Amino acid sequence: MGELNGLYALWYREFKVFLRERSRIISSLIQPIMWLVIFGTGLGASISLGGGLSGINYQAFIYPGILCMIVLFSSLFFGLYIIMDKRVDFLKEVLVAPLGRTTIFFGKVLGGATDGLIQVALLIALGAAFFSIPFTAYSLVMTIIVVMLLLISIVSLGLAIGALMSSPEGFGLITGFVIFPLFFLSGALFPTKSLPAWLGTFVALNPVSYAVDALRNVILGVSSTYGLAMDFAVLFGFALIMIIVGTWAFRRMKF
Amino acid sequence: MAVIVTRNLTKRFGNLTAVNKLNLEIEEGEIFGLLGPNGAGKTTTLSMLATLLPPSDGDAIVNGFDVRKHASQVRHSIGFVFQDPSSDDLLTGRENLYLHALMYGVNMRNVNEKMDSVLRLVDLLDKQHVRMKYYSGGMRRRLELARGLLHEPKILFLDEPTLGLDPQTREHLWSYIKKLSAEKKVTIIVTTHYMEEADLLCDRLAIIDHGRVVAMDTPARLKKQLGGDQVKLKIRKPNIAALRKLKYVKNIKRRGDMLTLTVNESALHLQEILKRVGPVESVESRSPTLNDVFLHYTGKEIRESGEEGGYFERMLHSGNR
Ligand SMILES: Nc1ncnc2c1ncn2[C@@H]1O[C@H](COP(=O)(O)OP(=O)(O)OP(=O)(O)O)[C@@H](O)[C@H]1O
Ligand SMILES: [Mg+2]
Repeated sequence: MGELNGLYALWYREFKVFLRERSRIISSLIQPIMWLVIFGTGLGASISLGGGLSGINYQAFIYPGILCMIVLFSSLFFGLYIIMDKRVDFLKEVLVAPLGRTTIFFGKVLGGATDGLIQVALLIALGAAFFSIPFTAYSLVMTIIVVMLLLISIVSLGLAIGALMSSPEGFGLITGFVIFPLFFLSGALFPTKSLPAWLGTFVALNPVSYAVDALRNVILGVSSTYGLAMDFAVLFGFALIMIIVGTWAFRRMKF
Repeated sequence: MAVIVTRNLTKRFGNLTAVNKLNLEIEEGEIFGLLGPNGAGKTTTLSMLATLLPPSDGDAIVNGFDVRKHASQVRHSIGFVFQDPSSDDLLTGRENLYLHALMYGVNMRNVNEKMDSVLRLVDLLDKQHVRMKYYSGGMRRRLELARGLLHEPKILFLDEPTLGLDPQTREHLWSYIKKLSAEKKVTIIVTTHYMEEADLLCDRLAIIDHGRVVAMDTPARLKKQLGGDQVKLKIRKPNIAALRKLKYVKNIKRRGDMLTLTVNESALHLQEILKRVGPVESVESRSPTLNDVFLHYTGKEIRESGEEGGYFERMLHSGNR
């Protein structure tokens, strides 16, 4: 009972704070929209996708990748923000509570995943309304599942890094060395079927690629590079590993 | 029964020994004060007792549980009001209390009445629905105190609880803390810079300097141990040799033309002292305060004003998210 209430408390806090920061919700949507509108239209005007993708415009093609992008940015920074809790004593207030570190970790993950899911939902609505993305009941359900797995993984990754970091100075480095590689090497902006071997290897090593691959398949009906079963297996594995790493980081977290 | 026992409790940060072989025994229902200058190791001590920091050496037993082996049981027994701001700025006062109730296992069936009663106690009912970023420093302090009381812990750690409060609220709080310990047998460990507060509030005190206990007793006995009243004389050329012959003059300190004597029953002997010491410009005699005790043991004056601790500065710079 105690631990469940604690879990609810941590989720409640994140959710309330998220709802109070409407400006953050809006600004987190601006970047993905700019990618879709400017990059999608601009590049889409001069290239045509080959190899079984001929019926799809470039803007729609990158839409699944942009969904993953919003997950990457919002979730990783959500996790990193635990450093701000350290700077004030709010984290101590949580750590002195008679709750297990695992509970605290899962409370945070739930909070972060909820925030991310709301942003994704907004982007789905925008996609259906303005970018003529053809969502169906099936593709919606599958999208949510894929996005949830990715959200949990990336929030956990952010929390793990945040738990081990002691000051926000490294934030810029994280963007450069974690978010950008994960995003650009995910095939979010290009087809992954016929890549040069070296790039193909990097893309295949990046768990985010499997989310992009799965989403492209369920939303646009593009044939999957790795196979849906493989995509889900990798995403499940990634989430599990990140949860284990995050729990471990939380247990040894100092402040 | 002792609810807190420490044996040679030690904390080192690299080369620095922040807490050095601390031995404490704190009884149930006692209000125990930790008094010491900045950096003496007060917060570090409390953090170890609350399982936030692992000790480098020695043991601590809180409510019968070893802080190393049974951290979870220890945390079930305690409440902590931190020195630094520790609430979420974007939430209202009441929401912060609600969070605390959920996390600290308060019975949720009558949680609303409980929140009302602690809010009334610190006089914040009218501000309960305001976001905490719009609270003044003192209001925030009061809310965090109310929060520490919400789950009715057996042992309550208060790290500089009255820093930045106005005198009225401070006294209000003292009386509540006294009531809490008297009626509910809550054991309270409080750190403070305010001598007057320590004197009025605490049953027993430990004076800490550089991580070591330099004196520990009731405030009355600590003051008595100094051996007499403090007599301050302003005098150009004191006849110190003559004073030394008087056996009721316990201690003589000279700084510029100020002479401070510790005198047993000064009222009886002042006449004699003035006769011997030479022509005096002014004289002042008073019973010893904890400040004198502090000065005696640490050689330092504790800063009495409300500015220290950096509480407000840290709050200004903390910008929660
Ligand atoms: N995490 C830490 N790492 C390194 N040194 C630390 C750490 N925490 C405290 N110290 C050092 O330990 C000493 C004791 O600090 P502590 O905070 O316990 O003092 P304090 O008595 O509470 O002081 P104040 O009255 O200013 O609150 C100080 O010298 C401080 O610099
Ligand atoms: Mg302190």
